[in-house]
Amino acid sequence: MKRFIDRISGKQTSANTAKERLQLVLIHDRTDLPPGVMESMRDEIIDVISRHVDVEREDVQLKIQQEGRQQFLLAEIPIQSSKRKRGR
Amino acid sequence: MAGKVITLTSGKGGVGKTTATANIGAALADLGKNVVCLDADIGLRNLDVILGLENRIVYDLVDVVEGRCRLRQAMIRDKRLSNLHLIPAAQTRDKSAVSPSDMIRLCDELREIVDFVIIDSPAGIERGFRNAIAGADEVLVITNPEVSAVRDADRIIGLIEAEEKGSPRLILNRIKAEMVERGDMLNADDVLELLAVQLLGVVPEDENILIGANQGVPVALNGKSQAGQAFRNIGRRILGEEVPFLEISSDSGFFGRLSRFINPSGR
Repeated sequence: MKRFIDRISGKQTSANTAKERLQLVLIHDRTDLPPGVMESMRDEIIDVISRHVDVEREDVQLKIQQEGRQQFLLAEIPIQSSKRKRGR
Repeated sequence: MAGKVITLTSGKGGVGKTTATANIGAALADLGKNVVCLDADIGLRNLDVILGLENRIVYDLVDVVEGRCRLRQAMIRDKRLSNLHLIPAAQTRDKSAVSPSDMIRLCDELREIVDFVIIDSPAGIERGFRNAIAGADEVLVITNPEVSAVRDADRIIGLIEAEEKGSPRLILNRIKAEMVERGDMLNADDVLELLAVQLLGVVPEDENILIGANQGVPVALNGKSQAGQAFRNIGRRILGEEVPFLEISSDSGFFGRLSRFINPSGR
């Protein structure tokens, strides 16, 4: 009953907290990629891509996504629009 | 006879590997199969006391591997079920007394004489674990709904897949309905989503487990125990039967169904 009320009211239960914490922990356990390495990888990717196209450096996102037990590296790299480029 | 070798493992200690090994073995024997429970936890043996056979040990696993006795001599027959046997671990040796290739050879021999070999693995991810899974046809992972146990289960699942033993099936142990109900315990769906493996069984928290251990009688042979029922169901699923999962989580109740209806993803 309590979980029912918590669910419809959107309240955070300790089981939900456990699940969310585990989701993050397992991603890093499985990939052996500490958060710090993700950061430097992101910067290196930006450097390589920037040689060919201007990107919105601040908005680049590098995430790990999972499907079943398979992990994927997902990069979202917004390209600077030519309009803004011209405006500079 | 071409028997099947099944290893139970968990990574973390104290989640119920030995209890589950004894009970799955007893359940399969009760269903008429010839079963050997093998304790691979060398140096910390316990399967003997859980099965109530500690006073009958003459030879152990290391004696077999080192050729001091024949395989049959180390197989202790259960008091209740004549088709259930135990091969105990050695208590005064350590994991290095046996190698993975010794275990593969032993499992090959056992496959010839029984239907099922159920191996109790030691905790951890080192030599003892590698020994325990070396000869296995299937590996089962058991965990509790605790963050530390789930995390270690995930690690061990990764290692089992890396050893090319296929994707292990999961037993979720010690579920407390009331705690799941009030949102203070991960439920089976949560754990399955996190670990992304197939479920073999959900075992409720049950005082009869401790009482059975006190007496040396597996609860699978106790008709009144809920956990015993869960282990009997696991035995039948291992035999390929489709047995519905026991309703333990709050989702079986009216409010569970209602909340799922209102908020299908909010679990």
